[in-house]
Amino acid sequence: MNSADIPVIRKIIQRNKRWDLIFAIAGFLALLLGVLTFLALFVQMAYTGWERLTPEFFTNFPSRRAAQAGILSAWVGSLLVMLVTALSAVPLGVAAGIYLEEYASKNLVTDIIEINVTNLAGVPSIVYGLLALGVFVYGFGFGQSILSAGLTLGLLILPVVIVATREAIRSIPLHIREAAYGLGATRWQVTRDHIVPYSLPGILTGVIIGMSRAIGETAPIITIGALTFIAFLPASPVGPEFPWLSFEWLKSGFTVMPIQMFNWTSRPEEAFQQNAAAAGFILVLMTLAMNATAIWIRYHVRKDIKW
Amino acid sequence: MVSSTTMRMSDQREDQATPQALSNTAGFRSLRSHGVVARVETAPVKAAVEDFSFYYGDFKALKSISLPVHEKRVTALIGPSGCGKSTLLRAFNRMHDLYPGNRYEGAIRLHPDNTNLLSPGVDPIEVRMRIGMVFQKPNPFPKSIYENVAYGLRIRGEGNRSVLDDRVKEALQGAALWSEVEHRLHDPATALSGGQQQRLCIARCLATNPEVLLFDEPTSALDPIATASIEDLIHELRDKVTILIVTHNMQQAARVSDYTAYMYLGELMEFGETSQIFVNPTRKETEDYITGRFG
Amino acid sequence: MNTPSSASAASLPPLVVSDRLAKKALRHFKERFIEMLLFGAASVSVLTTVGIIWVLVSESYHFFETVPLWSFLTDTMWTPLFADPHYGILPLLAGTLTTSLVALIVAIPLGTTIAIYLSEFARPAVREIVKPFLELLGGIPTIVYGYFALTVVIPMLQLLIPGLSGFNMLGAGIVMGIAIIPYVSSLAEDAMRAVPMNMREGSYAMGGTKLQTALRVVMPAALSGILSAYILGISRAVGETMIVAVAAGMQPNFTLNPLESAQTISAYIVQVALGDLPHGSIGYQSIFAAGLSLMLMTLSLNLVGHVLRRRYREAY
Repeated sequence: MNSADIPVIRKIIQRNKRWDLIFAIAGFLALLLGVLTFLALFVQMAYTGWERLTPEFFTNFPSRRAAQAGILSAWVGSLLVMLVTALSAVPLGVAAGIYLEEYASKNLVTDIIEINVTNLAGVPSIVYGLLALGVFVYGFGFGQSILSAGLTLGLLILPVVIVATREAIRSIPLHIREAAYGLGATRWQVTRDHIVPYSLPGILTGVIIGMSRAIGETAPIITIGALTFIAFLPASPVGPEFPWLSFEWLKSGFTVMPIQMFNWTSRPEEAFQQNAAAAGFILVLMTLAMNATAIWIRYHVRKDIKW
Repeated sequence: MVSSTTMRMSDQREDQATPQALSNTAGFRSLRSHGVVARVETAPVKAAVEDFSFYYGDFKALKSISLPVHEKRVTALIGPSGCGKSTLLRAFNRMHDLYPGNRYEGAIRLHPDNTNLLSPGVDPIEVRMRIGMVFQKPNPFPKSIYENVAYGLRIRGEGNRSVLDDRVKEALQGAALWSEVEHRLHDPATALSGGQQQRLCIARCLATNPEVLLFDEPTSALDPIATASIEDLIHELRDKVTILIVTHNMQQAARVSDYTAYMYLGELMEFGETSQIFVNPTRKETEDYITGRFG
Repeated sequence: MNTPSSASAASLPPLVVSDRLAKKALRHFKERFIEMLLFGAASVSVLTTVGIIWVLVSESYHFFETVPLWSFLTDTMWTPLFADPHYGILPLLAGTLTTSLVALIVAIPLGTTIAIYLSEFARPAVREIVKPFLELLGGIPTIVYGYFALTVVIPMLQLLIPGLSGFNMLGAGIVMGIAIIPYVSSLAEDAMRAVPMNMREGSYAMGGTKLQTALRVVMPAALSGILSAYILGISRAVGETMIVAVAAGMQPNFTLNPLESAQTISAYIVQVALGDLPHGSIGYQSIFAAGLSLMLMTLSLNLVGHVLRRRYREAY
């Protein structure tokens, strides 16, 4: 090349850069579409459901009359189901993650477990519903109860918790473990005193993200046959007599937020659509709050940790 | 000329095995007797660094450097690590523009049109189309050998198959790689050995006829045999293109370059003909570095 | 040591050393016990898979005792709740494929564009803000998206296409596509960002623009990761339930026309589960046969993904 070619080059560059600009605009618009969809969805629900967002909406049972219907049984149900989900998925998932990272030797069994976790993450949620219908509802005889629903969602988010735990553990440098082993600690002592505490923020992030997914899951809960019209609350977990704790609620019928919303959405009357919007607004707020917490924790951990 | 150069290279490589740097200066004298240095005198200036400073954020990495780069000659930048030699090299094709917080001051003028490469009005893409660069670690694209070499032409919009075929062949021949890959042009480039990959990266630059070719420690990731083949190649290229090479290996600088610049802590300590710098440096710092007392 | 001192040692309480040795067996037992517990937790995931396969296969087995596999695969009608029941999966399959295709036509170009934009074009500050935002978008429950499709997107489409039904696969598919964008873009972006900088520098040093570098160097280098992102997107679309259940209608039509309403495999399962079918009836068994078909589809997608990943493994 010599300097006489420069005008030619300039022309080529100009053309190439035009494509750069076109793409940059396209990329920006694609992002904008995502953002605008989110805003439209949020604003539309807030606007449509605004009138229904009164204190009574939270303290009323569902009703045949739209104006008096509320989400009391739905949010209480969601809360209790989430409790069962957390109590099943967190210990199992964290333990499985610890096993795979700290204990498992590289062999066929470990490989099978690892491939299995990856594949489970890709199984559609409705299939978990079928599993629960066959195993929990009829196989174990738990019926269409809070226990069945909670365990179903627990299995559903198990891969999320396992993967989060493993990633958090993997980010702990080897020299931390060596320092502890060097002092004569056993594997369990290293795990309990170092691995688990240091990976806690990462695990917590994964758990919250998993829970926010579980709280919005509708299909598997419908599949186990959860009733959609529940005008009662499950038995209180705290009893007046010894031992002051009751587990009757586990066997109770229930509804949850997304099912209540689905129920209202599938009704043609305008008034019920308002209820659906209001319930959807609350549901989105709940998942947003959980996701935002998770993002916040992750951001701060990433900023603060210096190995 | 080329054959004598190769001979000299093999002499030189034996010298490399001896630990004392002084034996290199001896080797260098033999180089002079081959007449290599004689071509130095008449070369016009292709690029001129003028009072150039560079900042990474607040850190002043290069301090008012001025340096000529002679046309169709090899200029080597040497100095201990962290001296800024790579930073200076990367300024030549505006690589620093890829990262935020970098700032240039002064000028690098490319002749004959006298363009200041660093001027904000000059498009870095234009600079990079005129000036090729070969990196420390071979970085072939995840494409076939053919497509790697054709890349520069393709981004210029060249779609004519026979033009591409010709230019790819020329470039591969120019990089002394053609005979090795002739029959597998459409194999992935990553299947080549490290030395072949580096020659492929050189061919990739040659395909677009750059005015200046930058080498950023091109052999530091290669074994001695691959290193020798790259050095041979640089010797062959010196007739066709202006070359600026960063190296941490002083023997290499002595072997391949016509001019040498010694840099230390972001400053240019000494610049001159390679023979002069290695045999008779004017500054004590240069001598200390070259004789291995420091660095 | 001489004899007297050993004799006196024998009469003394046990040495500290032997004390430790005594503890070792207990410690060993405890360590083993904990390891077994952890292993048990890890095997729950395997049990889940076994459970899924067992439930689907055993119930489907009963189903196929009544309905021949051949007519399940070739019958073009799916009317399990009619007096004259037909059990042909084709209409449900057509619904699933059509909605998924619409979703992918939305999600793959947009998701890829966003990924390239964030990875190669956007300033770091923009990326830091946008990425969590996309994550939030991915975390919205699908029932909410279903409501959005039904009350916002389909009415908008009806303005553009007169005579469009209030339930259709186009509206459901578009919203499903938007719901999938975050998965595709975030995974594809991770793959592109993992491409080492020296690869990009090679292209920029030749005078490549951002777009040329992105399309010709970064994307080929990240191909296996990008394909994985697409596969995940497809398998999400195939298994997605609530959006189609709410917005695509509930009639099993054998059609590939996105303007019509139709039922997907997953939506059929929801429809049956909402009703009151007795355990053990043919209708009850049919949802497991449908579920098995769905599972086989996503499983083969995962398999394809695995093969693609191996074939286009990153070379850098």
